[in-house]
Amino acid sequence: MSNKPKIAFFDFTSCEGCQLTVIDALQTHLGLLDLVEIVQFREAMTEKGEDYQIAFVEGSCTRKSDEDRLRQIRNQADVVVALGACAHLGGINSMKNRWTIENVQTYVYGQNGKEAYESYPARPISAVVQVDAVIPGCPIDRFEFLRIVQQMLQGRKPKLPDYPLCVECKLAENACLNTLGKPCLGPITRAGCDAICPTYGDGCEGCRGWHPEANFEHMREILRGHGLSEEDIDARFTMFNHYQMEHMGEDSPLKPEAVLSRNEALPSSDFAAPQEAD
Amino acid sequence: MAENVKVNVHHLTRVEGHGNIVVDVRDGSIERCELEIVETPRFFEAMLRGRPYHQASHITSRICGICAIGHATASLRASERALQVELSEQTKLLRKLAFHGEMLDSHILHVYMLIAPDFLDVGSVIPLATSHPDVVLRALRMKKFSGDLCEAIVGRHTHPIAMTVGGFTHFPSREDLERMRERAVELVADVDATVELFGTLPWPTFERETEYVALVHPDEYGFIDGMIGSTDGHELPISAYRTVTNERLSPHSTAKHAAFNRDSYMVGALARYNLKHEHLHPRAKEAAAHLGLEAPCYRPYMNSAAQVVEIVHCVDDVLLLIDTLLERGVEWEEPAPITLSPGARGVGACDVPRGILFHEYQIGENGLIEEANCIIPTGQNLGNIDLDLRALVPTLLDQSEAEITHKLEMLVRAYDPCISCSTHFLDVEFVGK
Repeated sequence: MSNKPKIAFFDFTSCEGCQLTVIDALQTHLGLLDLVEIVQFREAMTEKGEDYQIAFVEGSCTRKSDEDRLRQIRNQADVVVALGACAHLGGINSMKNRWTIENVQTYVYGQNGKEAYESYPARPISAVVQVDAVIPGCPIDRFEFLRIVQQMLQGRKPKLPDYPLCVECKLAENACLNTLGKPCLGPITRAGCDAICPTYGDGCEGCRGWHPEANFEHMREILRGHGLSEEDIDARFTMFNHYQMEHMGEDSPLKPEAVLSRNEALPSSDFAAPQEAD
Repeated sequence: MAENVKVNVHHLTRVEGHGNIVVDVRDGSIERCELEIVETPRFFEAMLRGRPYHQASHITSRICGICAIGHATASLRASERALQVELSEQTKLLRKLAFHGEMLDSHILHVYMLIAPDFLDVGSVIPLATSHPDVVLRALRMKKFSGDLCEAIVGRHTHPIAMTVGGFTHFPSREDLERMRERAVELVADVDATVELFGTLPWPTFERETEYVALVHPDEYGFIDGMIGSTDGHELPISAYRTVTNERLSPHSTAKHAAFNRDSYMVGALARYNLKHEHLHPRAKEAAAHLGLEAPCYRPYMNSAAQVVEIVHCVDDVLLLIDTLLERGVEWEEPAPITLSPGARGVGACDVPRGILFHEYQIGENGLIEEANCIIPTGQNLGNIDLDLRALVPTLLDQSEAEITHKLEMLVRAYDPCISCSTHFLDVEFVGK
């Protein structure tokens, strides 16, 4: 009866903060509900429909059993949208890729953790299925979400800015943090969030991914100029983008320790592990 | 239904977890009865190793989109203790204000969107919008206030930007504070209506005495720092948290369980109410009386009533905090200085909406994190939920499958384990007999 496009939301490994941001966006833009029919949104509703055209997917793929579910969503949907940094980039979750899975399992859950918790190195969903559009950020920007949904409903292909964050930071009339001696990844990060972090006095952390012409060597020079250690610089490059940096191969600007210690048998400790069961 | 009951509420996908309610009664005796959380592991503690201390609060806020400010605050307090940071009075006041924004947001979401539908005879908040539009609009107004308060202080609720080790990177203007004060005053009518509404609900009377654990302060109903208090009469410094949590892998579940003086304890709004109700603001005390809440209260379903009381308290505290800040004036401050030393350890604790949260870090002389441990409230409550379920099930055996399931879901939901978990509890399955 209704010709409205049916949309659905799905979550994989994530904090669900992007879906919360969607709920926040709906609070101020309830009219969106006149234009689409939400058939599945676990965080907000109990109804569950499997007939949808647009799928918004939050979260990274971090285990084998996620892959089938992702493929099912891909088969059903005409359009798959990666919602937020975890789905888009691998995001925060991919920081664990620095170690072997066994190492992180044992550190957090003790010796029993290996069997109890299925996991593998975190990946963006595009590593498993074709992705048609991306809404970047950690979390997503609610206005960019609304803009991109509007574009899709008008039959246009959403386009992300391909210039650095610095452009928006200038438009916001912020003083440049890097010139004030505060590290900021704005020069290599894709714009689109109106430079919200620098506006609140904190350097950009790269949650939207890199813009196409990012100059990592120059960025590293700027950061060295702030007196940062190489480890600190690598940690900044990999907070949301570990997966990307890992897969740049020889072009990766990272020091090998930041990405390649997987095979190293790190000394495990019982700092975070539970006591064994009685 | 009678002698044989098998409930299997399964697959609650969520941030840290899949959860199942499993009940198996054979010939009138309980074979199994527990809440299982089979976490989708994210390994935050392992990921923190080797990262610079200044990233920790921004990384760990990503544990939870709902408690992002709580995680950031506990994380900052852990780093600040390890790095011997002394916070300014202004920093403490601003942190409390942001924390209240999150507390309000979370409690409003929980009591209105998840608890109210159970009592107003609707399946979820969606039909509630048609049957009780005034209730939903009020909830949205109150939530908008909470989000805007967080935005004014730290940039956004999920994930906070302007909180950093030693202080803030951005400060609200006088106009920001005056605007939020005005809106808080306007909100009082909605707060009163909330107390009225929840005062009419027939809270289930099930009770089971247990130990309640919360952060306690000598002179306030506080949520950040303080001492670890227990209704069994213990008071410990935050640094001794491992004595309290005693995390174990439970044999029947893959989640970590906690136990202090008894087999289990409860954290969250009811625990806080039981331990420090005398420090509530007067209007919150009146609300507690109106809701039939009286300490000590051993009725877990009343956790939601205690959340309503905290909504009243937090709004009044927001007004006091803003008045104090307006009187002092908010100045631009550089973050307080840090001191690096080899193997420095620090524990941070706050009482987030769902209960006490602990972060502990060891930070090396190079500023990199060497060890990390985070203990979340829902994990501490799991053992207590199991024991509640075990006590509750035998009292329900004469009821229908649907009724039993509903009561069990409501019990788990009262603990507010996680918003989408609770929603997803409505996916229920009975298996066999």
